[in-house]
Amino acid sequence: MSTATETKRKAPAGERVADWADGRLGIYGLAKANMRKIFPDHWSFMLGEICLYSFIIIILTGVYLTLFFNPSMNEVVYHGSYEPMQGIRMSAAYASTLDISFDVRGGLLVRQIHHWAAIIFLAGMFVHMFRVFFTGAYRKPREINWLFGFLLFVLGMFTGFTGYSLPDDLLSGTGVRFTQGAILAMPIVGTYISMFLFGGEFPGTEIISRFYSIHILLLPGIMLGLVVAHLILVFFHKHTQFAGPGRTNKNVVGMPLLPVYMAKAGGFFFLVFGFIAILSAIATINPIWALGPYRPDQVSTGAQPDWYMGFAEGFVRVMPGWEINLWGHTLALGVLIPLVLFGVVLAALALYPFIESWITGDKREHHILDRPRNAPTRTGLGVAWVTIYFVMLIGGGNDIWATHFHLSLNAISWFVRIAFFVGPVVAFIVTRRICLGLQRRDKEKVLHGRESGTIKRLPHGEFVEIHEPLSQGQLHTLTAHEQYKPFEIGPTVDENGVERKPSAVQKLRARLSRGYYGEDNQIAKPTAEEYKEITSGHGHH
Amino acid sequence: MSSQQIPETNLPVEQDAAHGAVEAAADPFADPGLPAHRPRIQDIDERAARRSERAVAFMFTLSMLATIGFIASYVIFPVDKIVYIWPLGHVSALNFSLGMTLGLALFLIGTGAVHWARTLMSDVEVADDRHAIEAEPEVKAKVMADFAAGAKESAIGRRKLIRNTMFGALALVPLSGVVLLRDLGPLPEKKLRSTLWAKGKQLVNMNTMEPLRPEDIVVGSLTFAMPEGLEEDAHDFQTQIAKAALMIIRIEPDNIKDKREREWAHEGIVAFSKICTHVGCPISLYEQQTHHVLCPCHQSTFDLSDGARVIFGPAGHALPQLRIGVNSEGNLEALGDFEEPVGPAFWERG
Amino acid sequence: MKKLSARRRHPLAAVVVLLLALAATGGLYAAFAPAGKAQADETAQSLAIDEGKKLYSVGCASCHGSGGQGTTDGPSLVGVGSAAVDFQVGTGRMPAQQPGAQVPKKPVIYTQAEIDQLAAYVASLGAGPITPTGSQVDPAGADVAKGGDLFRTNCAQCHNFTGKGGALTNGKYAPDLEGVSPKHIYEAMQTGPQSMPSFPDSTMPEQEKKDIIAYIKTVNGDESASPGGLSLGGLGPVSEGLFGWIFGLGGLIAIAVWVAAHTAKAKKS
Repeated sequence: MSTATETKRKAPAGERVADWADGRLGIYGLAKANMRKIFPDHWSFMLGEICLYSFIIIILTGVYLTLFFNPSMNEVVYHGSYEPMQGIRMSAAYASTLDISFDVRGGLLVRQIHHWAAIIFLAGMFVHMFRVFFTGAYRKPREINWLFGFLLFVLGMFTGFTGYSLPDDLLSGTGVRFTQGAILAMPIVGTYISMFLFGGEFPGTEIISRFYSIHILLLPGIMLGLVVAHLILVFFHKHTQFAGPGRTNKNVVGMPLLPVYMAKAGGFFFLVFGFIAILSAIATINPIWALGPYRPDQVSTGAQPDWYMGFAEGFVRVMPGWEINLWGHTLALGVLIPLVLFGVVLAALALYPFIESWITGDKREHHILDRPRNAPTRTGLGVAWVTIYFVMLIGGGNDIWATHFHLSLNAISWFVRIAFFVGPVVAFIVTRRICLGLQRRDKEKVLHGRESGTIKRLPHGEFVEIHEPLSQGQLHTLTAHEQYKPFEIGPTVDENGVERKPSAVQKLRARLSRGYYGEDNQIAKPTAEEYKEITSGHGHH
Repeated sequence: MSSQQIPETNLPVEQDAAHGAVEAAADPFADPGLPAHRPRIQDIDERAARRSERAVAFMFTLSMLATIGFIASYVIFPVDKIVYIWPLGHVSALNFSLGMTLGLALFLIGTGAVHWARTLMSDVEVADDRHAIEAEPEVKAKVMADFAAGAKESAIGRRKLIRNTMFGALALVPLSGVVLLRDLGPLPEKKLRSTLWAKGKQLVNMNTMEPLRPEDIVVGSLTFAMPEGLEEDAHDFQTQIAKAALMIIRIEPDNIKDKREREWAHEGIVAFSKICTHVGCPISLYEQQTHHVLCPCHQSTFDLSDGARVIFGPAGHALPQLRIGVNSEGNLEALGDFEEPVGPAFWERG
Repeated sequence: MKKLSARRRHPLAAVVVLLLALAATGGLYAAFAPAGKAQADETAQSLAIDEGKKLYSVGCASCHGSGGQGTTDGPSLVGVGSAAVDFQVGTGRMPAQQPGAQVPKKPVIYTQAEIDQLAAYVASLGAGPITPTGSQVDPAGADVAKGGDLFRTNCAQCHNFTGKGGALTNGKYAPDLEGVSPKHIYEAMQTGPQSMPSFPDSTMPEQEKKDIIAYIKTVNGDESASPGGLSLGGLGPVSEGLFGWIFGLGGLIAIAVWVAAHTAKAKKS
């Protein structure tokens, strides 16, 4: 009997497949929580998607490229179809890259998509990271996801570096030579690491195949894991949102994954892929055929790494050539200090969320984003960091800037040396002042309404502009941010009159906290009393 | 909060200001709650909705055509066909057509999907509640109790010998992996200290592969040389040339400021290592009027008329000079190897 | 003699005499003509030198000295040869307009005939590299690939992989080689203008110079192919990075703004 009823109302095929899967994977439980997951709409929340999609594109095109690429440094004489390389001695890696570019139909396109996507992947991560930074989205509970993202950025840099070294062309080979020179500069272990990495002296015959397994297996494997973890945490934490009517720290307002975000995010993947494909149809990237095969005794001017390594290049270029020779040993500070700075600058970014939460002492969850103006010190520090980064990018391309702006190479190097110290300080001060100015303007708007552009003449002849009061939603949005009180050490003498010595760490924390949230460092937001007094009284023009 | 459906009526519904109006009297900055949903044209005008539908379908159709175009391009254009396309220049017909058709095929799927989502799917904003990530105290208490029970049952705290030896074993076992890396390469030994140059080795012109003669080299010229006997098809050519590459110029002996440089030269012909002492780029941007040579990688600048000392940039020491003379055949020859290691500084360099 | 006189009325006598006369004339011409031509050339040469000297006094002497001996403003021209003059004046670098790190390329103000006269005068001051002939600099049939290898060994360090130019110290630079005539490239290699070192025939034979010219013309000419699309200046990662940021990421962000934006609402009635 039961069979009869079942056959009568037999479920549609899709449902039966889903039932089968649910019996084994428990998908209904997963779908219940996630199918109608809410995502807020804001263009800046899609920056991470740009990164995710370009990462997927890189993997897809990368797999294709491995079908044709030969990661070998065996010397061959080229007889392919690119005429200006006929009869030239080169490594099999370079020759196979020429074949991908000139003999495999569509190979050039895939190579260019792969490389453009990598450039955009890194640029996207940079911008995504600073969206998160400037809006304070890294605060609890998202500190670990910040670290995952940071690691993805750093690993992306090295995956990119090992990737563009693979064709074994003259430009990337020069970059590998630089890496080897930098490794040699490491005290004590430098020569050993260099010999082990290169399988002997530079350039040896191993480095391309070793970079190959690092580039296609080791680093992307780790990155894939991190990407998955990053996304799981995004789902688990639910997305942050900007303050606004109906948007609280306890909810998330937006549209459901199914169908809107399925279509928007899925569609966006195709948009990103299509856009990068079109970019690769119209703009060359890394024309290795014009660069020639690598030879350690040849070089070209304009020897730069891809942009994401440019700031490291900048440190190396503008560093004075300090070298210490003592007790039969050499310490090449001219190379070592830039390497250390490279690490320090990146580490500062990774650690910032923890430093800030230590200063604020805030243990609550934060799901409402800060507007950058409402965190002037953080915003100032972020801009200072970006300033260092871009100053160093200028340093890394100093020869190109010199020729294209008719400047002296040496003058640019000196500018960068000075700007490394002065730039971030100026950027910090200026940014913070701008933030405070914007806070004042917000306060003004809340208390006096927005300028309507309508001029009214008062009976006694004075002209005034009519200010329209803001809607309640706008008032709420502009006053929703929280303001910390600076951390106080408190009385140093307790009730029993025993003197207590605050530790140096506490003092530091108090000073930093004043720097962040002291009287001059944020504008007290308007209170309801102020508002009522002004709106009920005469001040309402 | 406001999960209302799209209004059935074809007219926008006037909603009262907000449900937070009551609180507003008390707190003018209170959250008024989610604003009422306002319909799009497509929500109230079926013709507009149908226009959207047609637009989306049109984009999907174009995408199909673009894919067909991709396959056609793949078949039609030879891989080496170069065409002029303004403003790109002389580009590969195949790369351009494949990229454009693939790009359009993908892009149109994207625009279609997004247009569909934006104009035809519900745009009602929905609020979803968040739940605290931290566990409730009772959950935490249960976990801690479970853990304590487990730890107790294992007796890891009591049987310290087991615990300590286990940590020892776990700490040591990765060493095997480290040891296995030993054969990645040889030990440095003195490899970085010597090059192929030796007493009596002739300087071979890298352009002509002929031995260089002093009269070949005029003041203001720039020549690159390698040691005789090094062949381009030798298995270690790259490794050897990476250390032995030589840059040869001629300076009037009176204009050589450094005494040792003058002595190591032959009639003003000086031979310096072409490998930068910073990180090893082949340095050879020689400015013949000033005798300065610049590295294209990091702009270290050396004065070749003054012992190749560093005058700008990140390099830490002068370029090594090779002592040269003339042999019985009248060719330039080395009078020994470099006296110091060429290329970048390293810890054991001294 | 009898025999001769007996045969002088031979029907072929006239022919013999004619042949002899022709041979004598030819021989005489052969013996004397070159001398005459040389004399004429010498006259032309000295005329050219005279004309060149006049041009020199007006246009060049203020910096290079009245006899080409050089002053503090300009180097000596003794021994630079006609090739150097042809390059410097033929590319408009000379006469220089203003002091600076480097004398740039400018519109040429002398005719080729005047340049030749100037070159003749400067060449007369002391032996130096001679202006190459058309066939010396013609890259036809040269080995482009070999030229590329030579270019990367000798030239790319300053002029970039494909001759797009690059920076030197203190505002000096190696110029872009696009549009430079084969003759001027050849002369630059021969004479080493300004900061550039020379690559004389003794270390870089004529054929290799032709190979290099052929390579430059292949990769950095009007017709040079850039199979992948826009060459972005051929400058490498700096311009690629800028393009990727501005057009790549910029374009994608613009798309993201469209995707995330709220659709236009119906107007409240």
